[in-house]
Amino acid sequence: MPRRVGEGFRRRLLTFHLPLFLFIVFTLFPFYWMFVTSIKSTRETYDREVNPFVPVACTTAIAAQVRALRFDGPALVENCLYHWRTLLRDTLFIRWLGNSLLVAIVSTGISLFAGITAAYALARLNFRGADTLGVLIFITYLVPPTLLFIPLSDVIGDMPLVHVNLLNSPWALIVAYPTFLVPFCTWLLSGYFRTIPRELEEVAMIDGATRIQAMIRIILPLATPGVLSAGMFAFTLSANEFLYALVFMYDNANKTVPVGVVSELIKGDVFYWGGLMSGALLGSVPVALIYSFFVEHYVAGMTGAVKG
Amino acid sequence: MTDVPPRAPDLAPGPGSPAATAAARIAAIRPRRRLEAAAGLLERPNVLGYLLMLPAAFVILLFIAYPFGWGLWMSFTDKQVGVPWPRVHFVGLQNYVYLWTRDGVFWNTVRNTFLYTTVATAIKWALGIWLAILLNRLVRFQRLIRAAVLLPWIIPTVLSAIAFLWIFDPDFSVINWTLRRIYASLGWGYVKGPLWLGDPTLAMASVTFVNIWRGTPFYAISFLAGLQTISPDLYEAAAIDGAGDWRQFWHVTLPGIKPIMVVVVVFSIIVTFSDFQIVYVLTRGGPANSTHLFATYAYQVAMVGTRLGLGAAISLFMFPVLAVVIVFQLVYLRREPR
Repeated sequence: MPRRVGEGFRRRLLTFHLPLFLFIVFTLFPFYWMFVTSIKSTRETYDREVNPFVPVACTTAIAAQVRALRFDGPALVENCLYHWRTLLRDTLFIRWLGNSLLVAIVSTGISLFAGITAAYALARLNFRGADTLGVLIFITYLVPPTLLFIPLSDVIGDMPLVHVNLLNSPWALIVAYPTFLVPFCTWLLSGYFRTIPRELEEVAMIDGATRIQAMIRIILPLATPGVLSAGMFAFTLSANEFLYALVFMYDNANKTVPVGVVSELIKGDVFYWGGLMSGALLGSVPVALIYSFFVEHYVAGMTGAVKG
Repeated sequence: MTDVPPRAPDLAPGPGSPAATAAARIAAIRPRRRLEAAAGLLERPNVLGYLLMLPAAFVILLFIAYPFGWGLWMSFTDKQVGVPWPRVHFVGLQNYVYLWTRDGVFWNTVRNTFLYTTVATAIKWALGIWLAILLNRLVRFQRLIRAAVLLPWIIPTVLSAIAFLWIFDPDFSVINWTLRRIYASLGWGYVKGPLWLGDPTLAMASVTFVNIWRGTPFYAISFLAGLQTISPDLYEAAAIDGAGDWRQFWHVTLPGIKPIMVVVVVFSIIVTFSDFQIVYVLTRGGPANSTHLFATYAYQVAMVGTRLGLGAAISLFMFPVLAVVIVFQLVYLRREPR
């Protein structure tokens, strides 16, 4: 609803600013909480009397340095970034991050390729059975990974025809993630291709271009925003994925960030809260960064996906 | 399919014969013609279409259709982790019958999953519309606030679930700390605060809360896109006709975002119904198996309890419900003119 003239300030405060503020607190509080816990000392974390919202040791250290006008890096690390340092130095976090990136990038690449070709065919070529195939792909888009993880782990442990065991290697995830990424990219991109006027292609083909040339030279460049948002979506979906990574990877060194943080930083009933929170925070950073650069594309892509 | 058929013997005449030189000359021309013929084939929709579908079809057949069939088969066996296939027995419907009649946790899981899905979806829907309307009225800091609001949906769910695990901690919960402070300042004495994840009902509520936290942004941003397609003229016309805020909401806003709403809700129902991560991190199905969803129970039985056949049966119990929802979605999309 557009802003109405003459609406009272108090009414606006109550019906607009206050609820919006509460929503933002609601969505952001857990992140604030992760951050604060990650920069507290372990002793502070387990002190039930002290105010948990403020990291005292850290803020005191910063205040002291500001007052003395002297920057002391090591003291700062000791008081504020202790858990971050432990995470980066004493766990395989960097390795997990590498695994996550590798898997996400390769499976996104594969899925974009398969998605672009399939989406183009569904959107532009009136081949026999195109409608049926489109419906089938839409159905697979809605099939959740939790329905298939048990047999899929069997299939990936003994690949059909070639009898190779991919479990516990990044390849397991690189072949598993396209199961939800390809239908997703196809669905999103075929919607996008349909918005590009057919005439552009037809003109190119009258001028002597073949279909494939027209597709690569004319349609693909025009579809760049769609491809970009499909790629970003696919990347975040792979980075978010948990179940397959949990089931298919056993060795600590082969885990992805979500699985590594959950399974290696929680040992039995012992929780390393500082480490867990810094792991959760730093593990979210790559996804959050990518997304913050492309928010507008993201929203456009999402609504495109919804509109189909 | 491992044996390769023997190659047909080469029928070409021996080298040096006149036929061979003629054949060589023709062969020099032929590749170009063949290329042209192939290129001509590629212009045909029926050829190019299937060719372009191949990569996607490969992935879908090999890693979705085949595992689905394999899972169905597994659910009819007593397959366990580490037991080789030759020693696995076909047990018919035994796994399904066992779950249906004798497994106490299973029925609780069914109840949980339906409760979780309906409650979470309803609240996400309501909050989503509200937040979308607020965001739509936003004038300043649009980008920043949208980004902040969308964050829960972007961040890997298990990682944010870890933050909630700490927020709901039995001893150091920040909620309980705040409750204690409020009680003390009001002079109501000492309160320990509830064990958020220690009591079956509260644990289910906590898990649902986290799902709502994660899903609301998705609803809000999608609905926001729907709101932006509604012409302001409609509101003006409604206002001139004397419609108040509520009537405008029911007669202009809701019908305006209905197409997006149906798609979003159906998608969300599927994702919520088949959710795994939040429950896995927060309760692992506990206390005493009281908060399992289909997915976590299947994982528990198959991966922790090593009974793969039974686990496959549990996750396949999701299928009928998912199928109904998917068919509804398909019919709706077909009917609705786009």
